[in-house]
Amino acid sequence: MKLATKKAAPTRSTRASRNRGPSARELIFGDLWDYDPAPETADPKITSSYGLFINGKFAPARKGGTFASISPGNEKKLTDLALADASDVDAAYMAASKAYENVWSKLPGNERGKFLYRIARLLQDRAREFAVAESLDGGKPIKESRDFDVPSAAAHFFYHAGWADKLEHLAPGRQVAPHGVVGQVIPWNFPLLMLAWKLAPALAAGNCIVIKPAETTSITALKLCEIFQEAGLPPGVVNVVTGAGETGAAVMTHPLASKVAFTGSTEVGKAIMRALAGTGKKMTMELGGKAANIVFEDAPLGQAVEGIINGIFFNQGHVCCAGSRLLVQESIADEILTQLKLRMQSLRVGDPLDKNTDIGAINSKEQLSRIAGLVKSGVEEGADLYQTPCRLPSRGFYFPPSLFSKVTQSHRIAREEIFGPVLSILTFRTPDEAIEKANNTAYGLSAGVWTDKGSRILKMASQLKAGVVWANTYNKFDPASPFGGYKESGFGREGGRQGLLDYCKLS
Amino acid sequence: MTTRLPITKTPKCYVGGAFIRSESARTYPIHEGDFVAHIPQCTRKDVRNAVEAAAKAGPGWQKRSGYNRGQILYRLGEMLEARKAELSDAIALGSKKTDNPTKEVETTLDRILYYAGWTDKYEQLLGSVNPVAAPYFNFTVTEPTGICGVIAPDDSPLLALLSLILPIITSGNAVVALASETRPYPAILLGEILATSDLPGGTVNLLTGFRKEMLPTVATHEHVRGISAVVNPDERKLLHTAAADSVKRVHTLPSESPTDWLTQQSLQAIANFVEYKTVWHPIGA
Amino acid sequence: MTPRNRSLKRLLETHGTVDAVGIEERVAKFTTRSIKKTAKLWGLNRAVTMIDLTTLEGKDTPGKIASLCQKAISPHNLPNIPSVAAVCVYPNMVRHARRHVEGTCIRVASVATAFPSGQTAFKTRLEEVRTAVQDGADEIDMVINRGAFLSGDFACVQDEIAQVLAACGTSTLKVILETSELETYDNIRAASFLAMQVLRPNDFIKTSTGKTSSNATLANNQVMLEAIRDFYLETGTPISMKPAGGIRTAKQALHFLVAVKETLGDEWLNNTRYRFGASSLLNDLLRQLEKERTGVYQAPYTFSEADGAY
Repeated sequence: MKLATKKAAPTRSTRASRNRGPSARELIFGDLWDYDPAPETADPKITSSYGLFINGKFAPARKGGTFASISPGNEKKLTDLALADASDVDAAYMAASKAYENVWSKLPGNERGKFLYRIARLLQDRAREFAVAESLDGGKPIKESRDFDVPSAAAHFFYHAGWADKLEHLAPGRQVAPHGVVGQVIPWNFPLLMLAWKLAPALAAGNCIVIKPAETTSITALKLCEIFQEAGLPPGVVNVVTGAGETGAAVMTHPLASKVAFTGSTEVGKAIMRALAGTGKKMTMELGGKAANIVFEDAPLGQAVEGIINGIFFNQGHVCCAGSRLLVQESIADEILTQLKLRMQSLRVGDPLDKNTDIGAINSKEQLSRIAGLVKSGVEEGADLYQTPCRLPSRGFYFPPSLFSKVTQSHRIAREEIFGPVLSILTFRTPDEAIEKANNTAYGLSAGVWTDKGSRILKMASQLKAGVVWANTYNKFDPASPFGGYKESGFGREGGRQGLLDYCKLS
Repeated sequence: MTTRLPITKTPKCYVGGAFIRSESARTYPIHEGDFVAHIPQCTRKDVRNAVEAAAKAGPGWQKRSGYNRGQILYRLGEMLEARKAELSDAIALGSKKTDNPTKEVETTLDRILYYAGWTDKYEQLLGSVNPVAAPYFNFTVTEPTGICGVIAPDDSPLLALLSLILPIITSGNAVVALASETRPYPAILLGEILATSDLPGGTVNLLTGFRKEMLPTVATHEHVRGISAVVNPDERKLLHTAAADSVKRVHTLPSESPTDWLTQQSLQAIANFVEYKTVWHPIGA
Repeated sequence: MTPRNRSLKRLLETHGTVDAVGIEERVAKFTTRSIKKTAKLWGLNRAVTMIDLTTLEGKDTPGKIASLCQKAISPHNLPNIPSVAAVCVYPNMVRHARRHVEGTCIRVASVATAFPSGQTAFKTRLEEVRTAVQDGADEIDMVINRGAFLSGDFACVQDEIAQVLAACGTSTLKVILETSELETYDNIRAASFLAMQVLRPNDFIKTSTGKTSSNATLANNQVMLEAIRDFYLETGTPISMKPAGGIRTAKQALHFLVAVKETLGDEWLNNTRYRFGASSLLNDLLRQLEKERTGVYQAPYTFSEADGAY
């Protein structure tokens, strides 16, 4: 036997020496066992150019304008997109209006529902392809697009499909009807999922749609149009126009839109509200946030740390409900900080298509510089910055996970929405102080509470001015669960019975 | 023998549970043939004060149980019933021939009872338990939006005013209301009635004066979170534009086309000024 | 409740609770790690070195122990396959195992303390430990007194561990919590701390006996890893971890190692600090190593002592 070549099991004498003193209480997250690159190789089936999807067909913009869509992961061009101007948007609305009058409004609810079921199934069929396209186009890690965005998008179509023939149960004592044609503009953080959030309830309620995806992330929207064709969705029921702010303004202000829904920044949301003042159009606004995630000393700390990580680093922090303001009870602030720093070391930043990537690419160069600018302001205003020592890819837009401690309420990083992987830690001493700090913002989208005490959860949940409160969890979403904000985070809900009702006219 | 000269009443606005004259010390006269009274001509500072009063009273009003709010609204009905005749006379001031002040008062009374009955029930219809596809207990409850502005029309000066106010306070909001500019007298009486109901002072604040002086302040005041208004197209545009800056919830009815106030009551009117809050909690031992 | 139990209870409470849904969501993410190529080879090989190759059956004989030891020393007739960490047997079999592994690096582990229930007089359990150590056990796998734990007699649980530890002399102690009987993650975390407070560096806490309906899971493994982490950060004493029972496939083992890597880091990725209590796992690791070497999926009967060899 060649025992000498075997790896020796440790002897007893070495054991005691491994007990190093308090000075050595470091955990080492090194490269002893490094994961090999594990790129997702499914073909995203992205064509070299995409037209506008109007009246069931892809067509170039009337004036022939195009713009390039690049991958934020490596800055390579993915495709050329058509740039829609007001005349294209008008054509889209005409198609939607015609489809509404002639086809969609005449279909019974159960028939509309069947189209939504079909769309859900077809999306599931092509789930991996869509996940890869989403990660390539938007920069989010493939494990999120694969395990969250795409399955959730399909779930939204499934959920709302079943509502299409049950609308009379939505509002007790009232008649419900579709608005007609709905205009929608969505952001770049969850391109396909936001599309599903917008389309599924609007279609279930019987509306026809003109929608504009964000200019940096339009590809999965256009791929979904292929699915509409595969599903046989009548032409004009959904029209997708691509472009930037001007296109979006044309979609929001078109006279044929009887209802508009917008998800994006509070600043743009206000501009849309001003532009639509006096027109009588119904609106749903899902705007920014600066959520407080509140951790009490009796919380299940292991899961709280995980929830804090998930709350701020999910989707690179490009989440309107991100738990960007961590409020920790003073007695456990040091412990939480230590644990967060440890946990951050095992976050893997890099290629969005690598299956082991936890944090992918920042969506665009502009967003990257905005994040960098706000982080700089945090340092300048005297907060303590911690960033994990990670190797970032040389090409593409990346930002290391960042954590600020010693932050006060007046710091810019504690007040402005950063929309990036940057956490600010503040402390509190009592529940009232936590509530006061949490509510001290014009936003009111979401909040988190971590405590083992049931009655305190309910008290906190009732006092927090936020449309979604996650207790002992964070960043959870479901088609059946209404989502939306208080105060300047917007109005109207998406998801559940309450969200669907916002796409119905009551009489 | 000389006839006894009656004591005339100085009309005052009802703000923060107290009766006030405008901070500007201005008034405007109303006539019904003859001179009737000098009405307080409130201005933006009075709006500001009223919002502060509403901010003070709102949290306490919200905290009361639905059952308690219902009893207080019912009490309001009792107080109003007792002053039916006086209210009828007030409504008659500046009324058209087709108006029926008595019917307006009676409908107002029924409306108060309608919303008094909703206070402890709307939640069960608007809220929900949501069946999410993960081991979480997920529910949606409503909460009042906060301080809401009411801008009342000139026709049906009592019924319309209360039809706008009642659904808002049913869910625990506080109100700053601009009464009819041309027919303010019922609002003056309403203030006195509110003061003798058990409604906490500051929950409903009633201002009289000129719309165009106060409407922009109501629209822009950041602490006003919702507005329920009967307005003309110009006012509507102004209101929505100004309200955009603080993302207010604005619900308007057109003043250019008549509203049938006899039928304006619904659950939806309550729903217009609530916020939906969804709470998640894991289910595990 | 005695004052000491009350103060122990309070001490355990300061270590906080575990949210069941949260911990299960956390470990689900470990299973999505994609371990390929060199990382896979490293992981499979490392898992082999971490195995306590176990036989705990009424029908165990000196012959069975002999072949188990041979398998432990040389798991497969291929070069570069490392030995496992230890063989794990009943006390009665310790002297046989000792004979077979003498002169190798394989350690002899013995379950003791009336394994698996622990339901005999403490004196008897202690005597069993002493005998096993005398017979040559390098490591003792004891069971905690679950009855005492669940009835709130924490002092009894901790004192028994301390006395068994004393009886171990220089042998390593592994404290089996029997997670399925403690039932809740809160109890598992509390029991981990109760044990760790009296253990020496690199003594183990261990999930299960393998004799109840549910054994090591990623979630209870994680609760214990986090307890070890928190205890280490607080005291500087590194405690080792052994999940046992139910880990049958190479894929599962890699998931457990991912959990170790991402919770405790590099210093726990060795058999001083981490073990697998398993029997059939070894053959699946060998199958996967052979598959990696040859590119061909392997039949179970290619491997000795395989139980799926029909």
